[in-house]
Amino acid sequence: MTDGNFGFSAAPSRDVASRHMSYIEAISEGLAHEMRRDPDVLVLGEDIGGEFGGAFKVTKGFAAEFGDRRVMNTPMTELGFIGAANGMALMGLRPVIEVQFADFISTGFDAIVQFAATTHYRWNAPVPWVIRAPADGGIRSGPFHSQNPEAWFVHTPGLKVVAPATPADAKGLLQSAIRDDNPVIYFESKPLYRSLKGEVPDGDCPVPLGAARIAREGSDATVVTYGAMVHQAIEAAAAIAAHGASVEVLDLRTLKPLDTDSVLRSVEKTGRALITHAANRLAGVGAEIAAIIVEEAFEYLDAPIVRVGGLDVPVPFSPPLEDAYRPNARTLAGALDRLLAY
Amino acid sequence: MVPVPLTPYERRDLHYWMRLTRTLDDQIITLWKQGRGVGGTFNQRGHEAISVGAGAALGPDDVVAPMHRDLGCYLLRGMTPERLLASQLGRATSINGGRDANLHGCGDLSLNIIGFVSHLPQSLPVAVGAAMSFTYRREPRVAMTFVGDGSSNTGLFHESLNLAAVHRAPFVLIIENNQYAYSTPLSQQMAIDDIAIRATAHGVRSTIVDGNEVEAVHAAAQEAVDRARDGGGPTAIECKTMRMLGHAIHDGAEYVPAELLANWERLDPIDRFERALLEDGAMTSAQISAVAAQCRDRVAAAVVHAEGADWPDPATVTDGIYAP
Repeated sequence: MTDGNFGFSAAPSRDVASRHMSYIEAISEGLAHEMRRDPDVLVLGEDIGGEFGGAFKVTKGFAAEFGDRRVMNTPMTELGFIGAANGMALMGLRPVIEVQFADFISTGFDAIVQFAATTHYRWNAPVPWVIRAPADGGIRSGPFHSQNPEAWFVHTPGLKVVAPATPADAKGLLQSAIRDDNPVIYFESKPLYRSLKGEVPDGDCPVPLGAARIAREGSDATVVTYGAMVHQAIEAAAAIAAHGASVEVLDLRTLKPLDTDSVLRSVEKTGRALITHAANRLAGVGAEIAAIIVEEAFEYLDAPIVRVGGLDVPVPFSPPLEDAYRPNARTLAGALDRLLAY
Repeated sequence: MVPVPLTPYERRDLHYWMRLTRTLDDQIITLWKQGRGVGGTFNQRGHEAISVGAGAALGPDDVVAPMHRDLGCYLLRGMTPERLLASQLGRATSINGGRDANLHGCGDLSLNIIGFVSHLPQSLPVAVGAAMSFTYRREPRVAMTFVGDGSSNTGLFHESLNLAAVHRAPFVLIIENNQYAYSTPLSQQMAIDDIAIRATAHGVRSTIVDGNEVEAVHAAAQEAVDRARDGGGPTAIECKTMRMLGHAIHDGAEYVPAELLANWERLDPIDRFERALLEDGAMTSAQISAVAAQCRDRVAAAVVHAEGADWPDPATVTDGIYAP
C-alpha cells in the first residue's frame, strides 16, 4: 500500500483542518472523539483495557483518559459480552464492542442476529451498539485470523454493516455508526491498519451510513467494491489506464443499507460492471449487487457482469496458497481487460 | 438482611396476581382448544408462585426480562390482559403489533420489561448488561431475569453468571427448575441435584427455595434484590417446581409419569397459598371467591377486547426494522 489519499474525491477540502494519519489511528481518533462527546459511549472487549490497549492497540491510552469504567476488559466470552452489550444498549448506553478478530464474531452470533437484530422490529426498542470487527487477510494470518464474514450480517434483517476503505472514512463511518440507534457491525480492514495513510479531518466528520463514494472516476467500466479491495481496484484501474481504458471505482463504504442508486448510476454510465471482494465469492455480497444490476439496469449492460472474489475454501495460511485464494490488483486488471474486450 | 414480613395487603396482592395469572392462562388454553388461537402458545400452570413472587420483589425502576412461563410477572408489572391477549392473537393492538408470537417479544421499556427471544438463555447476558449499565450510571436499580433448567445447561448461562460476578452486577437470576426441558427430564440433562451450585461455582451467591410457595420465593427474591441494590452483587435463586402441562399447547406431555404430576398437584401454589391465607385469617373464603370472580370478569373483558381488535395492516410489514 502506498501513502497518500489516491486522489479520492472525498478528500477533505483545504479549508478543513486535517491531519495525515494511518487507518488505525483514524479508528482510534474517531472512537476517542465519540467518547469525549457522549458519556454514554463505552468500549468493551478482550484485552482492550489498561495499558495494553487491545491486540491492535486501537484503545491504547483509553483507560488512562476515560477510566476502567468506560474501557472494560471482558472475559473471553463473545456471546456473553455481546449479550451484555445488548442489555446496556437497551438501557440507553452506546457500547462499542471490540471482537479481537472478525473471525471470532461467530462465537457471539445469537446475541447479534437473534437478539440485537430483531428487537426494534419486534417491540420497538433500539439497540444502539457498534461491533468493531478487525477483518480481512492477505497478511499471512491463516484460516482463523483472516476472515471476511460480512455476508452473514448483510443477510440478517435489522443490522447495519459498514466497511471503511480510507482513514477519513474509518473515522467518519465510526462516528456515524456510534451515533446510529441500530446495531452496526463495523468491519475494519486489517491490511490497511498501518499501511494506509491519508488526510483525516479534525473533530466532527461523520460520514453518513448508506452513501457510497466514487473513489476513482472513469467512463468505460465500473468496479464495485469495499474495504481493502478498493485500493487493489484503483491500482488495477491505473495499470490498465495505460491501455487507454477509463475505469471507475465505486467504494460502497456501507454494505447495509446498500447505496443501490450509486451502483446503478455508475453502471448505467459505464455499461460494464466488475464486482470484487476478498470474502469468498459464493453467495457473497457481490452476488446481491450483481442481481440488483441485472434486475434494474440490464438494458445498460454492454457485457456480462464479472465477479472476482475469494475462493470457496477457508483462507489458507501459506503465502502461495493465500495469494491463490485472494483477488489482487493483478488479477483484477486481467479481469478488467476481459470485461472491456467483451 | 432479612426482609420485613409482608403485610396482609401485600399478601392479598400476591394472591390476586397469582389468581389473575391462572385465570388468564386457563382462558388462553380454552381459546386454543376452541380453535380461536393463532399459532402456538405456552402455559403457566405450576409457575405462578415464581413469576409473581419474584417479580413482586422489584421496584418500578428495576428491569426484568421474564420468559414464557412468567405471565404473572408481565401482569404485575402493568402489562394489561388486553395487550397480552392481543399479542397471543397477533392483533395490531398487541405489544409488538403482531410481530412476535405469544409471550415472545412482549417487551415494553416504559414498564421496564425486556422481551425475550426463543433462544431463552439470551436473556441472561441482556439482564446482566442492563445491571452493568446501572452500575455504570450509578443508579440504584436492579435487573432480574428468569431461565429454566434447560437454559442452565448452556455455555451462556455460565458466561453470564461469571460476567455478573466479575462486575458485582446488581443482578438477580431466578432459575425455574420445572424438571423438564420440553420432553427431557433432569436426569438426562445434568448429573447434579441442584442447579444452584452452578452459580456458586462462579462466585454468585445462590439459594434454593420451594417454587410452589409464593412467600418463600418472594422472601428470597426480596433479599437478593435488596442486596444487589446495596452493592452486594448478584444472586441466583433456584426455585424447584413442576411444569404441570405440556411444553406448549400442542404437547400432551405423555412422557411425564402420572404419579409425579399427582404428587405436585397436591402442591399447587395457588391452593396452598389460599389455604395459608384462610388459616391465618388474612382472607375469608368469601374474599377469595370474590377475587376469583373479579379475575374472571377482568379476563372475559380482555377476550372481547382482543378478539375484536384489528389485524395488523400488511402494508406495515416492513415498518420498524430500523430505529429512526
